[in-house]
Formats: sequence, structure tokens, C-alpha cells
Amino acid sequence: MMAATLSRRALLKAGGALVVTFGMPSIAGAQRATAADRAPAPSIDTTSVDSFFAVHQDGSITCYCGKVDLGQGLRIAIRQMAAEELEVPVDRIALVEGDTALTPDQGPTAGSSGVMRGGVQIRQAAATARAALLALASQRMGRPASELMVVDGAVRARDGGSGVDFGALIGGRRFDVKLDPKAALKDPRLYRVVGQPLPRPDLPAKLTGRHVYVHDLVVLNMLHGRAIRPPRPGARLLEVDTNSIIGLDGARLVRKGDFIGVVAADEWTAVRAARALALKWSDAPPLAGAGDVAGWLRAGPFEATQSLVTKGDVAGTLGRHGTQCGGTYFWPMQTHGSIGPSCAVADVRADGATIYTASQATHKYRPTFARILGLPTDAVRLVYLDGAGCYGMNGHDDAAADAALLSQATGQPVRVQWMRGDEHGWDPKGPPQLVAMTASVTADGTIDAWRTEMWLPRATAGLPNVPLLGPDEAGIAQPPGISTGLITQNGDPPYGVANVEVVVHWLKGAPLRPSNIRAPGKIANVLAVEALTDELAFAAGVDPLAFRQRHVTDPRGSEVLRRAAARFGWTPRDTDARRQFGGRGHGLAYSHYKNNETYIAMVMEVDVDRANGAVRVRRVACAHDCGLAINPDGVKAQVEGGILQTLSRTLFEEVAFDRNGVTSRDWHSYPILRFSDAPEIHVDIVQRLTEPPLGAGEAACVCVAGALANAIFDAVGVRMRTVPFTAERVKAALASARASTA
Amino acid sequence: MPTYRLVVNDAAHSVESRDPAQPLLYVLRNGLGLHGPHFGCGLGQCGACTVLVDGVAARACTLPVSAVGSRKITTLEGLGTPDRPHPVQAAFIAEQAAQCGYCSNGMVMTTVALLQRNPHPSDDEARAALDGCLCRCGSHVRVLRAVMRASGRTPT
Repeated sequence: MMAATLSRRALLKAGGALVVTFGMPSIAGAQRATAADRAPAPSIDTTSVDSFFAVHQDGSITCYCGKVDLGQGLRIAIRQMAAEELEVPVDRIALVEGDTALTPDQGPTAGSSGVMRGGVQIRQAAATARAALLALASQRMGRPASELMVVDGAVRARDGGSGVDFGALIGGRRFDVKLDPKAALKDPRLYRVVGQPLPRPDLPAKLTGRHVYVHDLVVLNMLHGRAIRPPRPGARLLEVDTNSIIGLDGARLVRKGDFIGVVAADEWTAVRAARALALKWSDAPPLAGAGDVAGWLRAGPFEATQSLVTKGDVAGTLGRHGTQCGGTYFWPMQTHGSIGPSCAVADVRADGATIYTASQATHKYRPTFARILGLPTDAVRLVYLDGAGCYGMNGHDDAAADAALLSQATGQPVRVQWMRGDEHGWDPKGPPQLVAMTASVTADGTIDAWRTEMWLPRATAGLPNVPLLGPDEAGIAQPPGISTGLITQNGDPPYGVANVEVVVHWLKGAPLRPSNIRAPGKIANVLAVEALTDELAFAAGVDPLAFRQRHVTDPRGSEVLRRAAARFGWTPRDTDARRQFGGRGHGLAYSHYKNNETYIAMVMEVDVDRANGAVRVRRVACAHDCGLAINPDGVKAQVEGGILQTLSRTLFEEVAFDRNGVTSRDWHSYPILRFSDAPEIHVDIVQRLTEPPLGAGEAACVCVAGALANAIFDAVGVRMRTVPFTAERVKAALASARASTA
Repeated sequence: MPTYRLVVNDAAHSVESRDPAQPLLYVLRNGLGLHGPHFGCGLGQCGACTVLVDGVAARACTLPVSAVGSRKITTLEGLGTPDRPHPVQAAFIAEQAAQCGYCSNGMVMTTVALLQRNPHPSDDEARAALDGCLCRCGSHVRVLRAVMRASGRTPT
């Protein structure tokens, strides 16, 4: 159906606009995206304004965005950025997200890059478009552009009179101008839309059951499919007992190599068939690390040992002039824990494929799916539709591959939704981390040396993709690759220490297939950095807030510390070595995300029950400086969400597995934070109109575990270094502290 | 094929199900095209599938279609529309109390059921009622504010 030469215009006619209207029924402008089919088809390169914007004859605008809204509010933030530069109301802009046939490739929606890079690029395209509209109007009106201004979707003379609106100027036609990286941006002092807490356009539909998630998509002649995974990764499929699903009318088997699935017109029949199907599998090598992941990390063999930071003379300084503190921290494997199991719909035909997916990386996965299906890349279209929040690469891309394989085999569109056990069991996991840190503080309270050593699964952010399950089982070659995200960042202190070393030992793989999970690696690293900083402050007899203020060199860092402390009502902590611990405590953590992005400071108050070890977080205050906050309420929601999710990860979460695979396959065996666990949260967004916008999805997460560990210390005097901080672990730490002081 | 008469959102429907144990959720989503209730776990653990059965919050993912009988089912769609939302839906919108929104169905339906039996719940009562609803994005504090708003109090 889809030929390589098919244009964006034709694709829109073929149904792209339908998808758009699904997504944003409450945005009036979205409906008008159908008008884009009257615009000549632009090529989708990122250097052309036409790749990002189409102005329609009625003056409405379609914005084509390679980044997607995963629930983080990009859908409104991008519109605000475009609307501000184009001087149009937000609701006149329709947004098309992450459709490989319609949007430019702006990279995966990951690493808090949506606004910071995707939005900034679109803002620049909008500024270029505004200049082009001024030039067109200048010609049309016979007046120099300097005498004209852009107001409410029209160009007018500054000295009054009627103007000419965008639709009349260029509606239905191309700009034919290159994105100008130097096009003048609007003066931030004149912002009317950016910086406003506009409500998200998708929530009315989401809260009334009208929003179409990929889970809700229905395509003509669609079958429902389920893939059945082996009892242990790598097992070969030896026998299929076809009799086992006789009686389940309409259920059909699909097998390709060791990939096995069922399809049926009726979803419940497919579910029952997947459960009933009797299969015989071969043995396979047992999973590494079962029972002792930390020991496995420490043991090697290591592919490489890499020196990440070498500054000053650590060997000659550490512990020579003062008190030395340190410890080893462990962060377990965790699941993304999406509330909706991954889902996708694939329609694979002889000459092309359309895959509806909640992928964070439709463009990146396009060549992967082309290879899997044996099709040319330009005959494969991935269309983004909302899924359940994913926070990294969960099972969505695997579900899409399952659907694609099943659709190719049956010749019909196939919808695959994983079951709960599939998602908990098979989504790629956040990698385990072992981090040891040692540092020393001089008698005058200065950190003089710091050493960090990490043992981690290889991070290969440069390789194409995490290999997908279905194609692996089907024996389809995939380029090697894992992607853990940049898990070594923030392993050094953000405190201007003169002598610093950071070394990492890389292991080839991980017990379970790893992928990126929110704020990859940095939560554990900042936990270790901030817990050790707290220890150093205590050893020096200095209040933890004063100690950090003394060491922080960046004024923006200093300001978030000050504001978080003020918002919380920080009171200096007792740093007497003989102090008593009363069961309630305050803890603080600070970070500069990736050392070059958002600044965060967080204060937390906890109660610890000495009898059973239960930790109750009462209050959290966070000051957050991500530069220009496009939508402060959206930023706030991200910060709140990051705090709650990371509290959940720190207090409760660890994937349980044995030699065969994951054993924590539901919400009982893998508990997460509940309403009764949610603390009061106070967020202070530092608004910096003249600074570039930075990411907000991840940064706040990195301070949570550190602030929590420090609060627990302040409450009961024990240092928690192994995540999760379950009641059992805290109780054990209390018992062992009592034993050592007895 | 066995046929079941269901009353859903005040309308009578006749649905077929070969398997009497088929959960109501599949019938609502695939048979009646009601996508408000979502599949989350199929185990009654997360609440994403919540519907009202005679006004009481229930898990459609574990309720066999054959067990519904003449009881009245209400789904998220049956409460209100984007233009005319139910007061609880309006409160969630006002508080921007969702991120991905996949789990929101359970929160909204559970809140409607809560306010029917307890129009002015305390914060603790609201938390207790919602404790069976899982949210991964971390909208909890906004959801609790939405419950207070829906119960007629100004959230702090």
C-alpha cells in the first residue's frame, strides 16, 4: 500500500490526519490538521522550516514535532514555544508528534530533551517562519519589514491599519526557507504565552474516556495477538502441541523460529489460547547474578576499566589531612512499571508497513523494523500514539515487534497487548549499579579529596538499539546493542573539590536485558555523593546545608539550596557525634543534573519507626532551576511525579529473579508507592526568562534517594546504602547499629 | 453463543461471549467500544479497569461477564464528556491531576464511588479509598487535591 515515493500529503490523506484528531480532540486547531493535505509535501529534513510548520488557508497552523508527549506535557509546551514566536493563539496550532512519515527526526524523546532540544529547534523554526512572513508581507504591502509587526496571526503596519493574515500570506504554500539558526527570537520580556501555566489539552479527553491510546486503536480486520515467551531467555522452542488450543475457536498459531504467538479475532480468545498453548522448550544457560547481583557486579570479568575524571592528586591527598568517610552503595534492577502493559498495532503488507506504537523513538526504530520485516526503510511508517507512561524504554518496542511479526505472518493487522506478567517479566530493566565512594574532609571543614569507583553493565548509548525480543526469538539478526543511558554521570561531587577521581569497571552485560530508566544511573550516583557529603559534614561538625553552601561554587546552585531550605523551613541539624536520634529527621540533597543542566535542591522530612523499620516520608520541598520554564505547572507536575516515582523506587522496588527469569511479575511481588505513602510536596520553580530552557523530567529524581537517606540518618542515625530502603533493611541496619555500639 | 444482557451507562446491550468467565473489561472495550476502563493487570491489583457496579467501584478485569446480571454498569464515558464533564472529572481537569492518564480511570471512578457514600472525606479517608489505585507517573498529590475539590473544599 505504501510506496517509497508516497508524499506527506498523500499520507495525510491516507489517514495521518485521523490519528491527529484522535490525539487532541479538545484542541480546536487539531481538527484542521486535515487541511495539511492541501499543502505541498515538504521533505522532512531538519534544516527546512516546512518540515516543522504548515500554514493553512484559514490561518491555522500544523506543527510537526519529532518528539512526543509521553504524559510529560510536551503537547502544550511545544505549542507555547511555537505560538509565542509566531504570535498566534496556542489553540490555532495543531501538533503532529513522532510520526515517521510526517515529522522530522528530532531524536528519541529521552533524556529530558523534549523542550530542551526538540522545543528549542521548533522555536527556532518558528522564529525563522515569522521572519519569512514579515518578508512576504513587506512585499505584499509595499513597506519595509521594519515598519511591520506580527500580531495575532497577521502582519500589520506598526502605524496602524488593516494587516494581512498568515492564511492569506502563505496558506497552503511552502515557506521554502532554511531554518535560520540566527533568526531573532522574541524578547523574553514580551512573552505572553511562554511562562504561563496553561492547562494540558489532552486531559479533558483522557479524563472522560475519549482519548485514544494505542491500546484503544481499532483498525479494520484487526486481529488480537499474544506472543508466548520462553521459560528462560534463550531457550529454543522444541515442540508445539497444536491440540492444546483446539476448542478455542478462531485461534491460530504463528511460529517463526523460536518466536511463537497466537492470534484471534477476539481478544479474550487470544488470551486464553496463549495460556492454554502447550509448548516444549530446550534448556538454556541460567541467568547470571541470581541471588547476589552486587557480588556479580563486583566479580567481573570486566570488558574495560575507564577513568572518567582525574583531577589533582587523590592518592596523595585522600585521608592525609583530615577525616575519611566512605561506603559502597547498591542500586538494584528495576522495572519501568508502566501501569498499562505495552501495546502496539501493526499492519504489515507485502510492500509496506504501518506500525502504531507508543515508542519513545519512532524514527530511531524505523530502520530496525524495516530490517525485521525485510522492507525498505522508507516503506515503513511508525506512528506514535500515547501509551501508558514509560519513563524509559519499557516493553513498547518489543510489543510493536511482536505485532509486526504476527501481522506479517497472518497478512492482517494485529494488535498485541502484553499481559501484566509480560511487562514485569520482560520489559528491559534499569541496570544494577554498585558504587563505592571515599572522601576526606579537613579540620576546617573542606572536602579535600574524593574517589568514586563504579561497577556497571556496559553503557552503549552509541549503538543502534536494545535488541527486541520477538526478532531475537525469530532468529532475525539485529545489530548488537544495549542502552543503559548515561549511567556514570553525576558520580563526582558538584562542590569544587580539588582532587577527584572517578573510575568505572564495565561488565559486558547484565543479568536481565538492560535499558534506560528515568534519570539513568544518576539517582544512585547522587545518592552516594550526597550521602557521603552528609557524612563529611557530620564528621566536620557542620550543618549539612551550611556545608553544601560553603562548597557549592555555582550561584544558581546556591540559590536552589537557599530556596529549598526556605520552602521547607530548614533548621540546623545537630552534628554532635554523641547526639541522640529521635525518630524524625530532615535530609538534604543537591545536584546539578549531568553537571551542565538543571539545578535541584531537595529537603525531606521522615519518621522512622524503630520497632519495624518502616520509613514514612512526611514532607518534601524541592527548588528546581531548569532555566526558562515554558509551562511552570507542567514543570511542577514533572517534579512532583519525579519525586513520587523515585521515592517508590528507593523505598520499595527491586526486581526479583532466579536462574530462569523474573519472579516479581505482578504488583504484589513488585510493590510501588501508594496513595497512603505520598508525602506533602512543595515545589519552587525558579523562573529564568533569559536562560535557555533545560530538562525537567529527570532532574528532580536524582536528589530523592540522597535526601531520603540523609533524613533517615538524621532520624535514627543509620546510613542506608542498599536500595530499596525496605522496612526490613532499615530494621536490620538499626539492629546492627545497636550491636556495634553495645 | 451465550448472550448476556447488560445495562451500561443507562443503555441496554446484548453481548455475546463464548466463555462465561470472560472478564467484563474485554466486553466493554471490544464489544461495546468503551475505552475508558483500561487493562492494567488483569489481576485486580491496580484499578485501571475500574467501573461502577450499581454505584460501587469494581474491577472489570476480574468480574466475569456472566456474573454481572441486571446490575447497572457505569464507565468513565458514562459520567461526562470533555465539554460537560462530571464534577469529579472537572475537578481532575482543574487540578491537572494526570500525566499519562492511563490509570486515571480508576482514580476518577473510585472518587465518584467514594463521594457517593462519603461526600466530605478526610484526607486519610481519600487516601484509603484510593490506595488500591496505582499511579506510576506520580500524580498522587494532585489527585488528592482533586478529590478535595470535588467534595466542595478548596484544595490547599
